[in-house]
Amino acid sequence: MDLQTIKKVATLARLQMEDAELEAVRVKLGNIMKFVEQLSEVNTDNVEPLANVVDIKLRLREDVVNDGNQQQKVLANAPEQMEGFFVVSKVVE
Amino acid sequence: MSDLTNLSLAEAAKGLEKKEFSSLEITKAHIEQIEKLDDGLNCYITRTPEIALKQAAESDKRRASGKAGYLEGCPIGIKDLFCTDGVQTTAASKILEGFKPQYESTVTAKLFADGAVMLGKLNLDEFAMGSSNTTSAYGNVISPWKRNDGSNADLTPGGSSGGSAAAVSARLCLAATGTDTGGSIRQPAAFCGIAGIKPTYGRVSRWGVVAFASSLDQAGSFGRNLEDAAMLLKSMSGFDPKDSTCADKPVPDFAAALKQSPKGLKVGIPKEYRVEGMPKEIEDIWQKGIDWLKAEGAEIVDVSLPHTKYGLPVYYIIAPAECSSNLARYDGVRYGLRVDGKDLNETYEKTRAAGFGDEVKRRIMVGSYVLSAGYYDAYYIKAQKVRRLILNDFLEAYKQCDVILAPSTPSAAFAIGENEDDPIKMYLNDVFTVTVNLAGLPGLSVPAGINEQGLPLGLQLIGRPWDEETIIRAGGAIERAANFTAIPSLLKAKKAA
Repeated sequence: MDLQTIKKVATLARLQMEDAELEAVRVKLGNIMKFVEQLSEVNTDNVEPLANVVDIKLRLREDVVNDGNQQQKVLANAPEQMEGFFVVSKVVE
Repeated sequence: MSDLTNLSLAEAAKGLEKKEFSSLEITKAHIEQIEKLDDGLNCYITRTPEIALKQAAESDKRRASGKAGYLEGCPIGIKDLFCTDGVQTTAASKILEGFKPQYESTVTAKLFADGAVMLGKLNLDEFAMGSSNTTSAYGNVISPWKRNDGSNADLTPGGSSGGSAAAVSARLCLAATGTDTGGSIRQPAAFCGIAGIKPTYGRVSRWGVVAFASSLDQAGSFGRNLEDAAMLLKSMSGFDPKDSTCADKPVPDFAAALKQSPKGLKVGIPKEYRVEGMPKEIEDIWQKGIDWLKAEGAEIVDVSLPHTKYGLPVYYIIAPAECSSNLARYDGVRYGLRVDGKDLNETYEKTRAAGFGDEVKRRIMVGSYVLSAGYYDAYYIKAQKVRRLILNDFLEAYKQCDVILAPSTPSAAFAIGENEDDPIKMYLNDVFTVTVNLAGLPGLSVPAGINEQGLPLGLQLIGRPWDEETIIRAGGAIERAANFTAIPSLLKAKKAA
């Protein structure tokens, strides 16, 4: 696995990393990916992927408003808020 | 009055009912024990003595007016992965430092509704990612156990629910909640000489539990014996419309299963669990477990789980993939840490770089990689397919047996720092436990003996979906036969002094 790939993955994951850190991650990630390679020896033709082990159907609830009016609670842990909104840095130039 | 912290949860509930002592008294006894011992052990990230005393006083009032719940007045600890209304919930991560949920997790709400008293929030590996409780941003948890060779090395309590297991073992609470994604209840229970139950996926609501890998995460319980763990689990379990994967099934009286003999049970022994290089002490304790169950009239059956060796590689694709998705929410905007950058993207990147620890970052990176364009089918879908084969192995085995007996861990507790440089070696800790999460099955660990170094060893029982009662029934037989009475070195030393 090359450093370029690791850099790209770090960008996708929104993790800022210095070069030394990227290199350390490259080695460890490489080891893990080598370890999981052994799955390729398992024949999985005609096997359905298993996403959820629960043997129950997901339920649908009635399509009604059952929650709300909790602005203060929603904002209670915000690093920055103003007039009932979350504040982020300017995104439109 | 004898030391109230030495009572089991069941004994405490009985003593409170008979009014031999009050909730305030037993709560105070635990708060004192925490003050005495926890500076050294670091089990609690947040101690909540004021809340505990308030809840205990309210509990005593309810008791006096004849309105006692199932766990009325019993002081317990809560893994700091369960959101608690108005009480800091960190997931042992810097990124959630100071986060005070504005709601109560379903599990803690149920426990409080049954009268339980909360002593505090227990330490864990950061976001429950780890097997040694050394990835917490709030420091390592130290096991109350020591080797008897005079080395005095600090041992790991296991992880990720290390604070929960160490606290129950050191009498810093009567019982504690945990979560188990790849073995995070069963491994620390084994390392700390206590009982731990991970129920069937869907038995306990995940609502308000900080998510790591949603298709594997399941909350469960710790107690110093199986009866205690079963009682706590009963209170935690049950339908919750707020978790779409939580099953609408009646909750059995789990502890009642302990009264049944294992006579007639078919106990499966999976040959693939005899891994190469398994220490003799693990093999011996496993054989003892087989002999004990046989002596009680159970029938031993050889079974095969041929895809066992693929459990870890499947886990190390699926868990990081789900982790990278779940942890995308930590963006420095709505809650938790924010480190400002020159624009929003840089704010995200700096916040997450500063807030997450190395192990969490590594898993996010693995997950982002296996989910990225071009790799999704080769890794993630492939892993999900092998996951089905692992589940099928179990379903096949359960045509021949009712319950499976295996070791909980491939070794006794190791010293803090050992295995740290080699993630693969660290992950091997979970070799006997991860497949159970991948298949969504109930599993428990029960203390079964002590090794030559004086450290606890656990045995694991794995059951059919929704059949916690059979693993508790078989586990109870092992518990009676093993008659595990050892107490942690730390408490022995205190007694002698």
